[in-house]
Amino acid sequence: MDARLFEGPRERGITLMAARDQHGVGAPFGDRFQVVGRAERKVDGLAKATGQAVYTDDIQLPGMLHAKILRSPHAHARIRSIDTSKALALPGVHAVITGRDMPIKYGVIPWTPDENALALEKVRFIGDEVAAVAALDEDTANAALRLIEVDYEVLPAHFDPKDALAKPEVQIHETPEKPDRGNVSKHVRLEFGDVDQALEDADVVLEGHYRFHGSTHAPIEPHCAVAQVSPDGVLTLWSATQITHYVHRALARVLELKESRIRVIQPCLGGAFGGKSDPFALEFAVAKLAMVTGRPVKMLWTREEVFYAHRGRHPMQLHYRSGIRRDGKLTGVDAKILIDGGSYSSFGLVTTYYSGQLLTGPVHFPTYRFDSTRVFTNKPPCGPKRGHGSVQPRFAFEVQLDELAEAVALDPIELRRRNWQGEHTHTVNGQRITSNGFLGCLDEVERASGWRERRGKLPFGRGLGVAGSMYISGTNYAIYPNDMPQAGIQIKLDRSGLATVFTGGNDIGQGSNSVCRAIVAEELGLDPDDVRVVAADTDLCPVDLGAYSSRVTFMVGNATIDAARKLRRLVTGAVAKKWSVPENRIFMGRGEVFDLEDRSRAITSREAIQIAEALHDTLGATGSYNTPKLGGDYRGGTIGASPAYSFTAHVVEAEVDVETGRIHLHNCWVAHDCGRALNPMLVAGQMEGSAYMGLAEAVMEVHDINRFGLHAGPSLLDYRIPTSVDTPELHALIVESLDPEGPYGAKEAGEGPLHPALPAISNAVYDAVGVRLRELPFTPAAVLRALRAAGVGPKARAAQQPEGARR
Amino acid sequence: MLRLPKTRVAKPTTVAQAVALLVEHGEVAMPIAGGTDLLPNMKHGLFEPEVLVALGGIKELQRFELQTDGTLILGAGVSLDRIAADERVQRTAPALAQAAGLVAGPQLRRMGTLGGNVMLDTRCQWYNQTHFWRQALGYCLKKDGTVCHVVAGGKKCVAAASNDTAPTLMTLQATLVFEGRSGRREVAIDDLWHTDGIHNKKLGTDEILVEVRVPPRATGHRGAYGKLRERGSIDYPMLGVAARLDVGRDGAVEGADLVLVALQARPVRVRRAAELLIGVPSSGDNFAEAVAAVAEAAYAQAHPMPNIPGDHEWRREMVPVYVARTLHAAATGTGPVHHV
Repeated sequence: MDARLFEGPRERGITLMAARDQHGVGAPFGDRFQVVGRAERKVDGLAKATGQAVYTDDIQLPGMLHAKILRSPHAHARIRSIDTSKALALPGVHAVITGRDMPIKYGVIPWTPDENALALEKVRFIGDEVAAVAALDEDTANAALRLIEVDYEVLPAHFDPKDALAKPEVQIHETPEKPDRGNVSKHVRLEFGDVDQALEDADVVLEGHYRFHGSTHAPIEPHCAVAQVSPDGVLTLWSATQITHYVHRALARVLELKESRIRVIQPCLGGAFGGKSDPFALEFAVAKLAMVTGRPVKMLWTREEVFYAHRGRHPMQLHYRSGIRRDGKLTGVDAKILIDGGSYSSFGLVTTYYSGQLLTGPVHFPTYRFDSTRVFTNKPPCGPKRGHGSVQPRFAFEVQLDELAEAVALDPIELRRRNWQGEHTHTVNGQRITSNGFLGCLDEVERASGWRERRGKLPFGRGLGVAGSMYISGTNYAIYPNDMPQAGIQIKLDRSGLATVFTGGNDIGQGSNSVCRAIVAEELGLDPDDVRVVAADTDLCPVDLGAYSSRVTFMVGNATIDAARKLRRLVTGAVAKKWSVPENRIFMGRGEVFDLEDRSRAITSREAIQIAEALHDTLGATGSYNTPKLGGDYRGGTIGASPAYSFTAHVVEAEVDVETGRIHLHNCWVAHDCGRALNPMLVAGQMEGSAYMGLAEAVMEVHDINRFGLHAGPSLLDYRIPTSVDTPELHALIVESLDPEGPYGAKEAGEGPLHPALPAISNAVYDAVGVRLRELPFTPAAVLRALRAAGVGPKARAAQQPEGARR
Repeated sequence: MLRLPKTRVAKPTTVAQAVALLVEHGEVAMPIAGGTDLLPNMKHGLFEPEVLVALGGIKELQRFELQTDGTLILGAGVSLDRIAADERVQRTAPALAQAAGLVAGPQLRRMGTLGGNVMLDTRCQWYNQTHFWRQALGYCLKKDGTVCHVVAGGKKCVAAASNDTAPTLMTLQATLVFEGRSGRREVAIDDLWHTDGIHNKKLGTDEILVEVRVPPRATGHRGAYGKLRERGSIDYPMLGVAARLDVGRDGAVEGADLVLVALQARPVRVRRAAELLIGVPSSGDNFAEAVAAVAEAAYAQAHPMPNIPGDHEWRREMVPVYVARTLHAAATGTGPVHHV
């Protein structure tokens, strides 16, 4: 309960940053970039396309055992006892472990450690992990699972957050020290300015209830982990994770090992989207089983198990009340949000803050209050999915903005322009905004979609809708408090002409390794093929916190420039000395080094590096990045504080079949301010992928738990991710605002472009048929009901027929 | 990945050998063609055969002929993509070609066979799940359990026939040729079905579907298939509508048939379709009126239950919409009716 009034943006000077953390927006040599800004192929593109890339499940080690996990068939139950003796007796079984073998609780957020690697006293959803078996092969392990006898005392279960609040006596996480806590996972109430007065002063106040249904990530690669313990006791874990560093820490905690005795490696990854940013039971289980058996152990989850691991987007019930003056200026926003957290905390503390903290741009409102409550239920745990915590409130608010625009007879794009927060400013909740290309984004989608000529003028059934958003480029909230850098880099450069970059950053397909390569090639004037990237191996690479909150390009990128510039100075200095010319005459670019004033004096990069190695001895450098001190001066004020924010606008063109309720999506124009596009092909890929994912969860994907507490369809047949034929034309329109603190001015592109997709569909449907869709998902059945409730399209036959005509 | 249970695979090269294998192994044997349905079902523990009799190597099952009298003979082992792409089928049995082209997605149509689709097991959201899931549920009537969950506490299995091609073959009055221990028999496809979700076909465990025979039709034959599903690919039908119109030289409808699938345990004929359509011109306002009446009759007759995933009330609302669209598509030769 962090209620506190924040007195508007603080007056303060420009935050001073270490020179280490800021490198300017320009090219290192002259005024032209050599590599940055070009559509370079991903470092692992060919390996993935040809099948050579090594994913975790491709790892086969001599003597390797296969492990499986026993899961709870009950949504909520106390474990009275577990008898593993019959399973252990099965030939081929090497070990069986239960919660008692790893009793220490953990959680990705250190303040909420409420998970056990395997359940200790209770199970809290159908699919919760209870025991693990290592055997010679998967079939034997599966057979052993069936021989484990668990005596459960079945408890009443909650599947609805309102029920969980109303009946705290059925408590999912017992809190004897705080008996009033009930099933509340986290409550945040923050108020900035006098919202009630501001709404009173408004000419129009609109109020609406919105619903977000919840969705999951559905990465194509299921979770997988392999563990091995060396004869001298070093544990190595290969895992399909996006957070090697946090997995490293969690393993040390739960297994009671020194961090220096653990090595965590992330092999090539087949998608994550936030679904691999918690430590998972399989990582602890294979590690423990490898320690117990002395043999390598692998566990690969089935698709069904990935649905139980979940950590997907939280279902939310959102209530918004917003005021606007006749001149189109917003006066205040008042939000109340109920968040269904599922069975564990995961990132829930952050989710609860994000549900309010990330709404305060690009549209400015001078007063704001949000009151968010995350509640435990007996369902697979929710967590961070691409656009963590902010996609749901963004949906509600951007639909309400459309309603407000109509109420004051303003074009919705114009409404957003009129309330734009500006650049180099602060938000109502005290977040510092630097670059802001939102107006450029609005211009681009307006132009590309033919908005002025077409919106409101298309035939009935077809419409255009706009929405905007803002997202963080990393966060200065570093999960566990520490004074060390958030990103580190190490570069080795030697006489072969090769630069090797060591980064703790997790490339999860977003292309962060490619970004590292591009930056090093740019700074050292190398051909990108002469830069190799070694990533996400805790033995080899400096610490990076991981691939979450869209932080990697910004933070690792800056750290890479930091390290590469140190090396560049060594090389240019050595060559300048050898040629007896001033250092600023030495140009390095794409494998060549020459004197700017005498082009005939030219050598290869390799020769230049050899000159430097002869002069300075072995060449290497480290680089780091840390955020400046940011955030509002109140409890929770650093959550949502980012060194830079990206901005996005979408226009969606939708057609509604009023007979079926089906929304046909024809076009989605995505304009995104990514600061500088370091690799426009990768940026466009992230924009398209984000928009696809947002559209998908709006119209098709339903993560539903049925009346028995079972996932309604834990398969890729029943959880329907759109295919290529279901995907509209996606038009990526890159807007470059050049952020003063981003690497060469870059900001994030991986999550922001998802947000506006969902509200833009709703707003397009309103333009098409005049019906507001405030509740997701927009499945045809739900849309048809909404159309009929509004009297649009043919009436329901049930209403047409006389009583008694139906059975 | 889910594990496929260990099973022996027998590879006969003739239908007779295949039948002999089924007779020899009895209930623990099952025939397998493309395997696109059986293998996932085995991974889910829904079928536990000890012997799979693989039909892929039997040449007789690959027959694909348009006979001089106009009879179309389709071996049960012909892949769905070949049927969909074949000009002879498109011309003489357009609804069948369209339905075959809308089964699942491209990879599955390449492996999946016509016979496999006709003989497809019924589907249900409480049944087509993993063993763990079904165990947590307490199983269901169709497999390992004692109650049906479609309607709480139900005592009758209402799993849905989900084979796209079956209703089109019914409108085409196709016959099926089975071979079993007592030789060959021909069955009108209409007579194949039981209204029982557990076993919806009248079939001996030793019988193999050898071929499908589609009788010749007059030149005025028109047909179409309409498929309701969420995605534009992969998904099973939430509703399938097969329509046949026989249009005379004067443009009037002389014969008509309409069969729906994915509502209940067997494909269902809309009883009043022929009555309402015969004698009506096949275009214009009169046709539109008659089609609307058929759509209403179909709606009155159709009562989908929450057996397969998806909102069953919406599926019912879609019956008249898809019936009308499919009949118009048949009349104008613009099928299939599909949202992408």
